[in-house]
Amino acid sequence: MSVRPNFPGLTASHILIWALVLSLLVPVVWVAFEWAVLQAVYTPSLAQCQAAAGQGACWGVVAEKWKIMLFGRYPAEETWRAATAVVLWTVPMFITAARLAKPIVLFGLWLVLGVAGLLLMTGGVGGLQPVPTNLWGGLPLTLLIACGGFGMALPLGVLLALGRRSAFRPLAWLCTAYIELLRALPLVSVLFLAAFVLPLLWKGAAAPWGLDLLPRVVLTIALFSSAYLAEVVRGGLQNVPAGQAQAARALGLNAIQMQVYIVLPQALRACLPSVLNSFITLFKECSLVSIVALFELTGALSLALAGDVQWRDFYWEGYLFIATVYWLYCFSLSKCVK
Amino acid sequence: MSLGFLSDPAGFSLSEGWLLVQGGAPYWQVFLAGVLNTLKVALPAATLATILGFIIGFGQLSKHPVLRACSRVYVNTLRNVPLLIVLLATYFALTQFLPLAVDAWQLGNVVFLSKSGLAFPAVLSTGLQFPTVGRFAVNGGWVLTPEYLALLLALSLYTAAFVAEVVRSGVQAVKPGMQQAALALGLNEKQARRHVVMPLALRVMVPALSNQLLNLLKNASLGVAIGYPELVSVANTAMNQSGKAVECVLIILLVYLLLSLLASLAMNALNARVNRGAL
Repeated sequence: MSVRPNFPGLTASHILIWALVLSLLVPVVWVAFEWAVLQAVYTPSLAQCQAAAGQGACWGVVAEKWKIMLFGRYPAEETWRAATAVVLWTVPMFITAARLAKPIVLFGLWLVLGVAGLLLMTGGVGGLQPVPTNLWGGLPLTLLIACGGFGMALPLGVLLALGRRSAFRPLAWLCTAYIELLRALPLVSVLFLAAFVLPLLWKGAAAPWGLDLLPRVVLTIALFSSAYLAEVVRGGLQNVPAGQAQAARALGLNAIQMQVYIVLPQALRACLPSVLNSFITLFKECSLVSIVALFELTGALSLALAGDVQWRDFYWEGYLFIATVYWLYCFSLSKCVK
Repeated sequence: MSLGFLSDPAGFSLSEGWLLVQGGAPYWQVFLAGVLNTLKVALPAATLATILGFIIGFGQLSKHPVLRACSRVYVNTLRNVPLLIVLLATYFALTQFLPLAVDAWQLGNVVFLSKSGLAFPAVLSTGLQFPTVGRFAVNGGWVLTPEYLALLLALSLYTAAFVAEVVRSGVQAVKPGMQQAALALGLNEKQARRHVVMPLALRVMVPALSNQLLNLLKNASLGVAIGYPELVSVANTAMNQSGKAVECVLIILLVYLLLSLLASLAMNALNARVNRGAL
């Protein structure tokens, strides 16, 4: 029987790894630190940024363009409204993710703050100047599409999951077909359909059924993610022991009462972390709507930089900034979920 | 609705792919080229993502604090940003920070990396054809375009972070008693890992892994954002040209259903293999 060394940090492989780290990682981290912090330009001065190009990051591009990067084409003098909407929608998001309140309280909170943010963005009430949805952009738009889409997808996903397990076979087949077909398609193709094809089908009308691009995209996101949520909820439903449903029926509850009072509460509690993780995935996937010409966070970046010949050289810093915003949201949300 | 338009000539050509399509080729050829382009990026990316994901996944479980920390940082960074941003940033880096073709970085006059892509010797029936540096481009040989490289890199680096999480949770799902029992039976740590822990972990990992690889296949459609002519981007152009919107979406649907089915069959076979002897 071999005797283990008393200094587990000093085996040959440990020494090798420390040597690798010192020789590889440290210089890389140092160069990155020098570029991003020490040599970086923080003032919105084009001349200084161009002088430092290659040696230091140009955070000046963020200082110069942050309004467009974060809020898109929303009128500059009304930025406070978009910023307030961001706060109004971010707060309930984190409260929900951290499960700090009862479902009924959360529902009320979302209803009040969600509508308040929406009114603030739209304007036209209380002396606020109206802002049409085609001028909305940046972070508020990302939040609106993600939260709005998810809010609609959740009830639909629950219904689809119940439908898939239904004893009425045609309904089960229909729900299964819907779920599997949508899960096979890439989101981009569905978004193209909603953004460019629906208007063609409705004989060139720009807004089929009176729906502008934004509501069309939110609906598409909702229909799309409901298929994924249905599978998550189905996992939760499978977690509820069959005895629960049988006991409910034995107590005289009808099928709907059984689902609403006995099965669903247990199922949803079991799959809640997965549901919230689906939200984080959706939050990231919302960046795809920039491909169909909506200027959410990713699209707003090109709005800020693509047309500006001089600042365009500092796109890389712009990507890092936007990635950091996404990262802050997704990382802290995932920490809250745990 | 009819699929008859597939034999009509398409008014556009594809810039790259195994199947070079000239303007005027029928739509079905363009679609076929698009499917091949999807596979051309998705298959190598899936391989790279799996290899890298396993390395980083084991890194997360390593006893070495630095390896563990580096792997955690990698996973936590990439999992929390959108793939589109990673893709656009990679594409920007490849087309901005790399040297012009004239000053291409080279590896022994055989492999060239520049703004016009990665060029390497082509294997032709006449023998090897080496690329040469020209005034404006690297000529000859086989060239991987920056679009292809960006999509390949972004897909594999991004998916690797998710595969790493699958690997980590798969190994951690094996009850510690299993390893302890193996050690008690006289296996050393390496043997216990190889013959007891990993076979059990693979059973948990394979379904989740197949999910991630299917996601990669669907995510290849993001190529449309940087102008890589894969299926969805081709279908989108065809849609605009022919007006056959429903038909084009139907084709995307059928192709992805078929590809998902094939991938599931392969993964089921793998699943059956790792579950051999399972109770």
